[in-house]
Amino acid sequence: MQLKRIGQQTIDLPSRPALCGNGSFVGKKEGEGPLGLRFDHVAKDELYGQESFELAERRLYLDAIDTAIKKAGLTPEEIQFLLGGDLLNQIITASFSARDLGIPFIGLYGACSTMSESLCLAGMLLDGGHAQQVVCAASSHFCTAERQYRFPLEFGSQRPPTAQWTVTGAGATVVTMEPKVQPLAHIARCCMGRVVDLGISDANNMGAAMAPAAADTLLSLFRDTGTGPEDYDRIITGDLGQVGHDLLMQLMREARVPLIDERYQDCGLMIYNREEQDVHAGGSGCGCSATVLNGFYLPKLQNGDLKRILFMSTGALMSPTSSQQGETIPGIAHAVVLESPLMGGKA
Amino acid sequence: MNKQRIHTDPQYYSRMTDKFSPPSKSGKCLFRAFWVGGLICVLGQAIADVGANLLKMSTRDASTLASITLVFLTAVLTGIGVFDKIGQYAGAGSFVPITGFANAMVSPALEFRREGLVLGLGAKLFTIAGPVLVYGIGTSVLVGMIYALFGL
Amino acid sequence: MLMYLKVFLVGGALCLIGELLVLLTKLTPARILVCYIIAGVLLSAVGLYKPLVDFAGAGATVPLTGFGHALCQGVKFSVQESGFIGAFTGGLSATAGGIAAAIFFGALVGLIFKPHSK
Repeated sequence: MQLKRIGQQTIDLPSRPALCGNGSFVGKKEGEGPLGLRFDHVAKDELYGQESFELAERRLYLDAIDTAIKKAGLTPEEIQFLLGGDLLNQIITASFSARDLGIPFIGLYGACSTMSESLCLAGMLLDGGHAQQVVCAASSHFCTAERQYRFPLEFGSQRPPTAQWTVTGAGATVVTMEPKVQPLAHIARCCMGRVVDLGISDANNMGAAMAPAAADTLLSLFRDTGTGPEDYDRIITGDLGQVGHDLLMQLMREARVPLIDERYQDCGLMIYNREEQDVHAGGSGCGCSATVLNGFYLPKLQNGDLKRILFMSTGALMSPTSSQQGETIPGIAHAVVLESPLMGGKA
Repeated sequence: MNKQRIHTDPQYYSRMTDKFSPPSKSGKCLFRAFWVGGLICVLGQAIADVGANLLKMSTRDASTLASITLVFLTAVLTGIGVFDKIGQYAGAGSFVPITGFANAMVSPALEFRREGLVLGLGAKLFTIAGPVLVYGIGTSVLVGMIYALFGL
Repeated sequence: MLMYLKVFLVGGALCLIGELLVLLTKLTPARILVCYIIAGVLLSAVGLYKPLVDFAGAGATVPLTGFGHALCQGVKFSVQESGFIGAFTGGLSATAGGIAAAIFFGALVGLIFKPHSK
């Protein structure tokens, strides 16, 4: 059988699975940000009509998946896998949503890298002929993440300027081999990242913890495919925030593969108005890259504004336990290369 | 081509991180902590004075009255979602006084109510304030033993 | 009026030291509170905190070091009254008001209110 790997970490997907159907549901604060109008729905408050914040996150998750499946012209019964995860212990948002949906479930934990992780795996499943249509989803919620990873909501503590604000939101994408509607984009390649840890232990500076993993994955993808930053209309990282963004630029400069400033964007820096919304270094969380990809970038690929993008969610793989025991924070980043359907489809 | 690698020396990266991380605005933070903290203490003194002069309490009771009142005010401000904003502004100015101790008990009680009355509210009440009691009371018992054994 | 000025300056200064610790050491608030209460007990034990309380009243008693001072003074008093057993009873009886209030109001507020969206 012919191997589809190119180089050490990259996988080519010659059948170019199609992304059809996108859902992005966000909270109030995200709705007030610069991308507010791009999302499918903005919740009126963080509870989203539910009893608890955990239930609210699950509702956002289910609604995003529902919308994505509907937009793809499918029904949940036609979906063969749900590939999803979130930030909560035992990924309860994803698995409890899968209970309600009844779709065979592959639970993923990649911290905030879950959206691109799920897209990579979806691409492989489809390209390998193991499924025709799957749905990928990821979510986070400020109030649920805060209480699990930091302090109670009403605890009066200051956040340092390097801290990031967890995005309340869920994004879902249907990936299919037999598009029923005009595809949003095609997955061309994916690059599964290595876990990289350069010794950052400050949980209030996650951008710095994740930037080396992002640089490592980018360099691997460029090396494996013989491409460079100039070959992509946009290179998009998930939630590095201001500090991680600057560090990634510097790391890539030092590796002599400098990123092109106006083509490199970070979802964490786009989702909020950082001057007015008091989010310090920017947004974070699975929901950050998931909602920005589905709400903002996929439509831009569909209409041809962007031809080829490199989308890379970044994750910090620590837990409250590991932090309390003084361990450093390992980072991870998975990249997918997405191409506009107007590029001519199969390569 | 395959020379393109990132630096993998943690010390080098740590220095780089410091360079790219914006510092806290120290002067502003210190000033805010100073005036809010001072004001909370003044409020405590005023309550104690009312207790001692108007209610004819002993100095010790008046001081306890001040503590209880500040704890009560903090509890209410935490409940209506105002105290964390004060904390965000004042930092140590609001957590060093007894208001911080009270907020550390009220906020988890509020937050974990949903996990039940016993293991939620009841147990989590002490998640942040517990250590303060453990080490405060622990040290005081040690000091008391030294007093008792070696005299004053 | 002079008293209030002293309260303000001493109380403010104690908080300022706490903020300095936050900025310089990246200690979390919980750790700083623990340091403060231990410092209060020890300073009081060696007789350094009492003069500050006499000088600045609530400026010294309201910050958490004052809580430590109260624990220590309570222990001292009870040891004089009832000997060794006082080492165990003194601290909590002197600070019972504040602790009971925090537990009571904490539980009450937890029952009545809900956390707010941020």
